[in-house]
Amino acid sequence: MNILVCISRVPDTASRILVGSDGKNIDTQGIKFVVNPYDEFAIEEGLRLREKNGGTVTAIVVGTEASKDVLRTALAMGVDKAVLVKGKEPDDSFYVAKNLAEYAKGISPDLILLGRQSVDYDSRQMASALGELLGLPSISVVSKLTIENGKATAEKDIEGGKEVVEASLPCLISCQKGLNDPRYPKLPDIMKAKSKPIEEIVPIETQNKVTILGMSMPSKKRVGKILGAEDSDIDELVKLLHEEAKVI
Amino acid sequence: MNFEQIDYYNIDELLTDEEKLVRNTVREFVNSEISPVIQDCFLKGIFPLDVVPKMADIGLFGINIGHEYGGAGANYTIYGLAMQELERGDSGIRSFASVQNSLVMYPLNKYGTENQKKKWLPLLAKGKAIGCFGLTEPDYGSNPAGMLTNAKKIDGGYLLNGAKMWITNGSIADVAIVWAKLDGEVHGFIVEKGMKGFTTKEMRGKLSLRASITSELIFDDVEIPEENILNVEGLKGPLSCLTQARYGIAWGAVGAAMDCFDSALKYSKTRIQFNKPIASFQIIQTKLVWMLEEITKAQLLNYRLGRMKDEGKARNQQVSLAKRNNVHMALQCARLSREIHGANGILGEYPAMRHSANLESVNTYEGTYDIQTLILGQDITGIAAYM
Ligand SMILES: Cc1cc2nc3c(=O)[nH]c(=O)nc-3n(C[C@H](O)[C@H](O)[C@H](O)COP(=O)(O)OP(=O)(O)OC[C@H]3O[C@@H](n4cnc5c(N)ncnc54)[C@H](O)[C@@H]3O)c2cc1C
Repeated sequence: MNILVCISRVPDTASRILVGSDGKNIDTQGIKFVVNPYDEFAIEEGLRLREKNGGTVTAIVVGTEASKDVLRTALAMGVDKAVLVKGKEPDDSFYVAKNLAEYAKGISPDLILLGRQSVDYDSRQMASALGELLGLPSISVVSKLTIENGKATAEKDIEGGKEVVEASLPCLISCQKGLNDPRYPKLPDIMKAKSKPIEEIVPIETQNKVTILGMSMPSKKRVGKILGAEDSDIDELVKLLHEEAKVI
Repeated sequence: MNFEQIDYYNIDELLTDEEKLVRNTVREFVNSEISPVIQDCFLKGIFPLDVVPKMADIGLFGINIGHEYGGAGANYTIYGLAMQELERGDSGIRSFASVQNSLVMYPLNKYGTENQKKKWLPLLAKGKAIGCFGLTEPDYGSNPAGMLTNAKKIDGGYLLNGAKMWITNGSIADVAIVWAKLDGEVHGFIVEKGMKGFTTKEMRGKLSLRASITSELIFDDVEIPEENILNVEGLKGPLSCLTQARYGIAWGAVGAAMDCFDSALKYSKTRIQFNKPIASFQIIQTKLVWMLEEITKAQLLNYRLGRMKDEGKARNQQVSLAKRNNVHMALQCARLSREIHGANGILGEYPAMRHSANLESVNTYEGTYDIQTLILGQDITGIAAYM
């Protein structure tokens, strides 16, 4: 079973983000970049499926020279092969999807795994765009996955419940928290990953479908949010304090 | 409360991808495996033994040991970064890793026979065996040359007698690297758990490093087989191990200091007094800036020391300077952080008081602050002032 895992490089959620001097990008000074947290579920799922069924796992990122660090992480976690589509800093989802699709066509994987969204731009377009470009079934926000007899059975979170869907392979799965518990890369594997090759590919340039006109910080006005008294509200509160307020 | 990176001089730019990845991995590991349990362990005075297999699993034992013996085969900068992150969690956890790496696996790898290495290193790397290092005695701390523990040559081996004190991991260790005099010269012996006449006793009642086990080792006519002696003679054997451990401590102390700073900075921005966050008062800012300054200087010291060590050029006196400076500044940071937290600062919920208490041990062990001073004093004047 050959699996392609699409990953991205994003600022660590603990970083304090500031807008850069051009007003169109973030200021990357002092920012720690990491593998997009949702992509870690994708890598882990790929590795588990390989451990069970054999085959190979290839990790791919569309980015710049700097993106090699997230590929090293993927290699250290255990993927077999790493590919960098090396060009400009990607600023348009279509550019990324087009380049991922181009590579996928070349290797015809049985399964493509990716995170449900990148926590930098949060566009949530990749699974659908890639599915469309490749003409493959695409299941989004999956928190449980079984692959058997050439079929993928996926459980996904929907408003207030779960939905179970099925698709034939090859297909695309975008991964959600809860799917698995990603492993830590081990120190010996981190050292071994250093000598593994990273394949570099020249990107296809595309006309931007979406262009960033400007970025600004949210206004400082304090808007209160009132949550309920359910257990899940506590999770939500912790999440908001961590991700939005960034105080914990 | 997630820790926010402190890197005022962009030292990250000088680190390789592997170095950053190890640092980030250990940081995550500490966030999810150590920080949630450490306050409880500290209060109860217990070491969280169940984290040992988890630490082993990510490769925290034998960081500088080759893959052939189950190690990570990483450089000293990586070792330092790992110690920094562990001590951000707690000095007791870092102490465990220091002992296993620098005081047990290092001498086995450096002074051990092929058989000794094959027997012990893979077990220690997997965390299947825990090691300890016995140098200090009740009456000989800063002056280990005076040690009373001794070995006598007998048929097929050695007879070991004496006692060691203040030994980290002593009573949970499967193997002890014990330094004893044989014909008046210091030698290292591999003493195994269960050998007849070898007993240990945990020392209770510590107010510092409470999440770490400290023990006495007692040797009463312990028969050590011939093949359990290390191939090194004189005090340079144990001292070379101490240099390794001190190096890790220099990094570890910065981890503790960063944790104290991070907590103080966050607290000062949210604690309101006189209708303002206390961070808006000049005295608080002065304290925060002092911490930032000292942490940044110590980070640069460590970075350079790590690179020199990786090139095989670091002198033990340079390691002493970093240990002395960094532990001292970390202690000051812990105290300042405690002050900034006001009464909350004495609670276990915040890290400052725990680090402050821990760092008192760190300031003393592996050569006290003053002993490092005398090592440096001798280096620059040529005059030994400790005898
Ligand atoms: C929690 C903990 C864990 C430890 N773990 C280990 C371990 O795993 N293995 C091990 O072997 N040891 C261990 N130690 C022991 C530690 O290394 C010693 O405590 C340390 O070397 C100091 O020795 P001492 O306590 O006997 O102090 P002393 O040597 O009695 O020193 C007392 C004071 O006198 C000062 N002093 C001593 N000599 C001089 C001098 N010539 N000039 C000026 N001042 C001097 C010292 O700086 C100190 O301030 C541990 C200690 C602690 C607290």
